[in-house]
Amino acid sequence: MLLANLAILVLAGFVGFAVISKVPNTLHTPLMSGTNAIHGIVLLGGILVLGLSHDLTPFDKLLLVVAIAFGTINVVGGFLVTDRMLGMFKGKQPARAGTRGDQEQGDEQR
Amino acid sequence: MTTPTVALYIVAFALLIYGLMGLTGPRTAVRGNLIAAVGMGVAVLAALIVPGVGNWALIVLGVALGTAIGVPAAQRVKMTAMPQMVALFNGVGGGAVALIAWVEFNSTAAFSGEPTYVMVASLFGAIVGSVSFWGSLVAFGKLQGLIPGRPISLGNSQQLLNALVVLAALACAVAIGLGNDSELLIIGTLVFAAAVGLLVVLPIGGADMPVVISLLNALTGLSAAAAGLALSNTAMIVAGMIVGASGSILTNLMAKAMNRSIPAIVAGGFGGGGAAAGREIGERTVRETSAADAAVQMAYANQVIVVPGYGMAVAQAQHAVRDMAKLLEEKGVGVKYAIHPVAGRMPGHMNVLLAEADVPYEQLKEMDEINGEFARTDLALVIGANDVTNPAARTDSSSPIHGMPILNVDQSKSVIVLKRSMNPGFAGIENELYYSPGTAMLFGDAKSSVESVIEELKVL
Repeated sequence: MLLANLAILVLAGFVGFAVISKVPNTLHTPLMSGTNAIHGIVLLGGILVLGLSHDLTPFDKLLLVVAIAFGTINVVGGFLVTDRMLGMFKGKQPARAGTRGDQEQGDEQR
Repeated sequence: MTTPTVALYIVAFALLIYGLMGLTGPRTAVRGNLIAAVGMGVAVLAALIVPGVGNWALIVLGVALGTAIGVPAAQRVKMTAMPQMVALFNGVGGGAVALIAWVEFNSTAAFSGEPTYVMVASLFGAIVGSVSFWGSLVAFGKLQGLIPGRPISLGNSQQLLNALVVLAALACAVAIGLGNDSELLIIGTLVFAAAVGLLVVLPIGGADMPVVISLLNALTGLSAAAAGLALSNTAMIVAGMIVGASGSILTNLMAKAMNRSIPAIVAGGFGGGGAAAGREIGERTVRETSAADAAVQMAYANQVIVVPGYGMAVAQAQHAVRDMAKLLEEKGVGVKYAIHPVAGRMPGHMNVLLAEADVPYEQLKEMDEINGEFARTDLALVIGANDVTNPAARTDSSSPIHGMPILNVDQSKSVIVLKRSMNPGFAGIENELYYSPGTAMLFGDAKSSVESVIEELKVL
């Protein structure tokens, strides 16, 4: 189990490097807040520990509820602010790229 | 893990990674973010359908609390306040990891009977998560202006203290590893790690914030991956590690843009060691200009290069700057924006603000692209940027920012600097540029200065 998980860990690291290596400076902020939202995945840890453990003290439960709330803030807030930021970049796309951009967008939809 | 959960996790990975790939291009970014968010939703769903999951009321309570806090915060935050918001969202993620590790400790009686790797990964998550939570809170406080942005440090004893606190956190963790099950030890681990977060970020000046925020982002990702190892949850491993890797890349890029090594930034604030006082400036005069003169100079320039910095963000001057640029363009003056990679308090901070103000994308120039143009430009307009324009980075080897790549503002024929006062920037370093004969200062709030320039331009 450990070895399989470590293999996944290493591969995921390479995926992270590969995906992020060529990001223009312009998008550094949205990228950071987007990845920021993704590590809110710890929410799963909170849910599973709280959901599957049977001998939790009330104090442990309290800690986990806070952890789940934290994770949710991280996920929901992260994706929302990223979307707001990106909306600003999107707003001026047609003006910027002109007909060529429109055409490309059309191509994508096909 | 059951088959449906695993299958959903795989779908979630694909969506998260595909979404992230979208985030790397301006055209696909909005959709990429949406896809990643859907991926996250699938991952949460996969966890909820694991057989035997109970305590529904509490789970729902936690999610509802988080949504009730996170959604309004994300919707109301101003674009200029984005860096602190990102820092805060990052911090709570780290906090969640630390809390989960704490509960793991309690519910397994100090990891008795658990494999060693579970204990190691949990304790790693506890330490790094706690460092990230408290470090991010300090970063938030600094960016929000709750605590002074200048470096707060203890001078020479700082590094010794940092080392001692790190050792104390590790000692608590090792004691747990050796079989002690006192709850004080896990609390000690978390508290000492919290102290590490505070002590490391407090001495870091505002100008280094882009590096700090991306570093904390990477740390939270790594702690999430560690928590995933401890819980044997592949979704957490994959997502956490991707963030760890991408955050590391960003951190590295930022540090390179400042010609500073990450250890140097973490070990001590900007200008630590008194290097800032290396060169006596003495009494020198600066030339002050008025909005009317500035407007005339701009209107008759061949080209104006705007160099925005944190001051523009603080004054929320981006819309006024855009209006000014429009007026200039109507008069036939070309306007470009020179964006230093670490201008502002977050990677890409200026790009977001100028995009908010609808500045055309092709006018935003990266440092390498624009640096050759300053020499051919009549006027550079520096709006609240300081260290990234300081020629001492090229010429003065005793300067703490020596070697940092800067914008060659000093090479343009004349320079107008919009600044509140003569106070040096966060780094506390005098800027030679202000005393150069070609430079004129326009003192005041960046937004009102630009607005008065606009008024003058209109009557020209």
